[in-house]
Amino acid sequence: MSKHIRTNKLFEPSLVKEALKQSFVKLNPRILIHNPVMFTVEIGAVVMLAVCIWIWKGEKSQGSFLYNFLIFLILLITVLFANFAEAIAEARGKAQADSLRKTREDTPAKKIFAVGEIFTNEIKTVPSSQLRKGDYFMCEAGDIIPMDGEIVQGIATIDESAITGESAPVIREAGGDKSSVTGGTKVLSDKIKVRVTTEPGESFLDKMIALVEGASRQKTPNEIALTILLAGFTIIFIIVCVTLKPFGDYASTPITIAAFISLFVCLIPTTIGGLLSAIGIAGMDRALRANVITKSGKAVETAGDLDTLLLDKTGTITIGNRKATNFWPGGTVDNYVFIEACLLASLADETPEGKSIVELASGKGIKPPDIRKDGAKFIEFTAETRSSGIDLNGMKIRKGAFDSIRSIVVKAGNEIPVDVSDRVHVIAENGGTPLVVSKDNVALGVIELQDIIKPGIQERFQRLRKMGVKTVMVTGDNPLTAKYIADKAGVDDFIAEAKPEDKMNYIRNEQTGGKLVAMMGDGTNDAPALAQADVGVAMNSGTQAAKEAGNMVDLDNDPTKLIEIVEIGKQLLMTRGTLTTFSIANDVAKYFAIVPALFIVSIPGLQSLNIMNLHSPESAILSAVIFNAIIIPLLIPLALRGVTYRPIGASALLRRNLLIYGFGGIVVPFIGIKLIDLLVSTWF
Amino acid sequence: MNTEILGVLAMYGILVLLAIPIGRYIGKVYAGERTWPDPVLGPLDHVFFRLSGIKADRDMNWKQHLVALLTINLVWFLFSMLMLMNMSWLPFNPDGNPSMSADLAFNTTVSFVSNTNLQHYSGESGVSYLGQLVLMLFQFVSAGTGMAACAVVFNAMKERTTEKLGNFYNYFIKSCTRILLPLAIVVAIILVFNGTPMTFQGKDSYISMQGDTVQVSRGPAAAMIAIKQLGTNGGGFFGANSAVPFENPNYFTNMVEDISIVLIPMAMVFALGYILKRRRLAWVIFGVMTIGFLCFLIPSLFYEMKGNPSIGHLGISQSLGSMEGKEVRFGSAASAFWGITTTVTSNGSVNAMHDSFTPLTGMFTMLGMMVNSFYGGVGVGFLNFYVYMIIAVFISGLMVGRTPEFLGKKIEAKEMKIATMVALLHTFLILSFTALSSHLFAAHPQEYAGWLNNPGNHGFSEMLYEYTSSSANNGSGFEGLGDGVPFWNITCGIVMLLSRFIPIVGPVAIAGILAKKKYIPESAGTLKTDTTTFGIMVFAVIAIVVALSFFPALSLGPLAEFFGVK
Repeated sequence: MSKHIRTNKLFEPSLVKEALKQSFVKLNPRILIHNPVMFTVEIGAVVMLAVCIWIWKGEKSQGSFLYNFLIFLILLITVLFANFAEAIAEARGKAQADSLRKTREDTPAKKIFAVGEIFTNEIKTVPSSQLRKGDYFMCEAGDIIPMDGEIVQGIATIDESAITGESAPVIREAGGDKSSVTGGTKVLSDKIKVRVTTEPGESFLDKMIALVEGASRQKTPNEIALTILLAGFTIIFIIVCVTLKPFGDYASTPITIAAFISLFVCLIPTTIGGLLSAIGIAGMDRALRANVITKSGKAVETAGDLDTLLLDKTGTITIGNRKATNFWPGGTVDNYVFIEACLLASLADETPEGKSIVELASGKGIKPPDIRKDGAKFIEFTAETRSSGIDLNGMKIRKGAFDSIRSIVVKAGNEIPVDVSDRVHVIAENGGTPLVVSKDNVALGVIELQDIIKPGIQERFQRLRKMGVKTVMVTGDNPLTAKYIADKAGVDDFIAEAKPEDKMNYIRNEQTGGKLVAMMGDGTNDAPALAQADVGVAMNSGTQAAKEAGNMVDLDNDPTKLIEIVEIGKQLLMTRGTLTTFSIANDVAKYFAIVPALFIVSIPGLQSLNIMNLHSPESAILSAVIFNAIIIPLLIPLALRGVTYRPIGASALLRRNLLIYGFGGIVVPFIGIKLIDLLVSTWF
Repeated sequence: MNTEILGVLAMYGILVLLAIPIGRYIGKVYAGERTWPDPVLGPLDHVFFRLSGIKADRDMNWKQHLVALLTINLVWFLFSMLMLMNMSWLPFNPDGNPSMSADLAFNTTVSFVSNTNLQHYSGESGVSYLGQLVLMLFQFVSAGTGMAACAVVFNAMKERTTEKLGNFYNYFIKSCTRILLPLAIVVAIILVFNGTPMTFQGKDSYISMQGDTVQVSRGPAAAMIAIKQLGTNGGGFFGANSAVPFENPNYFTNMVEDISIVLIPMAMVFALGYILKRRRLAWVIFGVMTIGFLCFLIPSLFYEMKGNPSIGHLGISQSLGSMEGKEVRFGSAASAFWGITTTVTSNGSVNAMHDSFTPLTGMFTMLGMMVNSFYGGVGVGFLNFYVYMIIAVFISGLMVGRTPEFLGKKIEAKEMKIATMVALLHTFLILSFTALSSHLFAAHPQEYAGWLNNPGNHGFSEMLYEYTSSSANNGSGFEGLGDGVPFWNITCGIVMLLSRFIPIVGPVAIAGILAKKKYIPESAGTLKTDTTTFGIMVFAVIAIVVALSFFPALSLGPLAEFFGVK
């Protein structure tokens, strides 16, 4: 997780100031029309302003000036509150993005000119803003990388803490899956040549900032469907309010314009209408806070629907790589002799497995002999021999998979001891990886390597299962080992001996079954699968192709991030649903406040409907409108933080939310309106 | 226990006991399985198919279904207009009844084609026997149309991805011959044996005790009454509908007729369970409908049996309950039960005058029509319920953090647009036309004085009821409204026409679009629709939508009256 600047306070003073300014800017009808619910409230406010002027000029039928003016004011404030909600969400998202963008302010870039003024391949320092896609630049130790790009030559250690917050430097090199560098990060050692992969202003971060700022924000399909429903409710209430005029005429009850507009504004779903875009922005913002850049709001939404997650074993389910955990000498071989042989065979082995063998041996008090003088020869691992080792003083020590060592041993006319082959099977069955060590074509014994499953990962998978998400482990291990680890970690399925096309096929299969699949990847060969997946999360360290193919980029390169992304998606949808329910449920109480107030004069019997016992028609209407306005800012924190997701099963979740936001939505306004009425009734 | 209550309990109990097996039977009919009447009715279907050149095994997609449905309805419309405007000189008119005027014929035709059976005429003097037979035909075909549309939706709700949704004509003819016809024969025979007339002779006459000659209307009534009850039509043979002894001779026939009102609408729910192999879902839907029904029924029973305090103040005993406008042979409880069953189901036949119900019962009859899906009309009741379910699925899907899906199909903007429009339509038609008539009456009280016998709150209820009844395709009247004039004939006709076909087209379109979508299997995160929780959600959506739409109007009509009667 990242540690760089993040504003956890909901209302940072500087942000609030900016948001307040924006709330007034957003009063512009041309901006507001995108939010039909609030737009109608604004029209209501304008009408009330006209009524106020009319009364000023001497009209008597519409009630007191003060009362009408108050209604106008409250309606205006209602719109401002809704604007503020959107503005504060934008401001927070922007601040978050800005803190990332700071890392990529104009930095000097050592651009390589293929044909320079004096030489070819001339290097000249230019501002990073002058770099274009396809240009090349050079970076040496101490340089800040000016743009996103791909290393075409060289290897370097890079400090990416500005982006990821992770202090340990990472290695990036040309070719392979770790060739991508990000602008704003710092080269610590060595020298690399990089090709620029994005135009200025078009990097993922720039795209995300544009999304959050609303410039390119499009409504997601779900948002559109919800807007249609809300528009439907708004139309119902237009019908209700318009027809009330002839109904009132029939009942010989004059209804004031203020009462009509108040009734209408109270009934239309202003609460959710005012908070809808804030909820959407906050969803992307939460993703950004988790250091995930999303390419669209839709991707976040889809994440909430995921059915299947493809997770790489290494790094996600197990800690890093396998580690040596035991030495098993075979037959009559002496323990010390065996361990020393293992140690010698691994001295030059730079793989994590090799290092762990040296570590384990040292831990047992066995020191490597000084081998410089003896003219030792290290044998590198090759795909052909599938073993590595050392030639020392005429001794040939080899270490490798059971098959490869067996072929060496058998070729020399020897046999593998029974206890060695037995041990190999036992280890494999227990999910470990056996490495056999031979000396002069005689098998000595077995080194046991084990995967260490991440602590707490079982609980996370259980949580996912309760959410209805299936987890699939992807590994290069053989099926036996894969099954053991899959069982131990508690994943639902696994793909063993996985090749990139296996992932692709698995995703396709799931999708034909109607499921939504997410995967994470970094390599170019992952790109087709990332594109095929419904949610493809590319690691920031991955190749450009992978990043282009996915619809999210994880700045932390953390494979467990998928789990967080699913929860963010669910939270987004839930917040929308619960606030819609709350908003509509509120109308019940508002009816009981306003309808008796409208007709009480001509039909005294309707006093019985005034169950809140509100003081007067004016106070009842004012209280309802004030409540309607106040509830918006009160719910902003909920809209920004999102409703907490609990993996308790869909029905239990619905019950819970229905009780809190549905039933609560009916009860709360009764209390709220009554309390406001107690205050307002001192004047009206 | 009070025998009146016992009578109500018996009716409801028998109703449910009959609806379950009949639902299963209907399910088999639509699933194309073998049923016991096959040997007799199979050849009959075959004759129809041969005559009309219909290939009953050819599948249609949802658009083709709707084209077929609307086309045959247009043909019926023209046919009916022709008959009703010319029946005075056509055969089977022993009483010499006149032809209808154009506006009345329009109203009556729309009314019967749309399964509403709003009658701005009186059967005894307004139509000939041929006219009655034409109307009876529509009582079969309009019910069959609704059921066929419902069968299309059932078929579309299955767990698969397809455009092939069966054959409309097949569903339609099977609905008429396999379901409506056998049941109607049974009910008609019971009625005939209890004294309901079934003859083509003209008026009979007798000499009363005072020596006057009294003319008594009669005709082929039993057949029509059976289908008007079963097909949620409601259009009676005689003007006063099932309050007339000839239509509804005794308490037993009253039970039979009242059970017939709800039988098929309730059975359709169980048919859904059979076709989809989701019996739990059917029970959840049944539960929601029943709770809604009881919410209307129980207070209505209470207020009708309690009596009318205004009449009580005059010194008239209210020990039998509120008996104004009710038949002594049925009593207040059975009348209230009928009042609620006939309005929740869009039937609209009456055995008591709804105008005379106590104010709250009057409101509950209106609410029954405003919801129009607690059982609802044959076939169309479920279609209305389906729209509410779509909205409920959408909101509750969001609440559990998934983009909403219903029976494995994602609900997106297009479906929401249709569902919202259908849900809006009912509110729009009722409120805007009531507003129009209120405005006219308020602006020209002299000119339109003939409309309302009771101005004030009750007069408002009468107008509201008339349009609610039209829009719900119910057809009952609050009466007391001078509705036989062009204004009411034409406006009610427009309302009936729109409110009949749009709520059929909408759900069929939604179901058709969903059927074409990719099927998503259930997972632990999927919201299950066959649970009590979801049932509560649907109920809440219906309650909130209806309450929010109609609360102000109801508070000016029945509620104002209720609080005024002390």
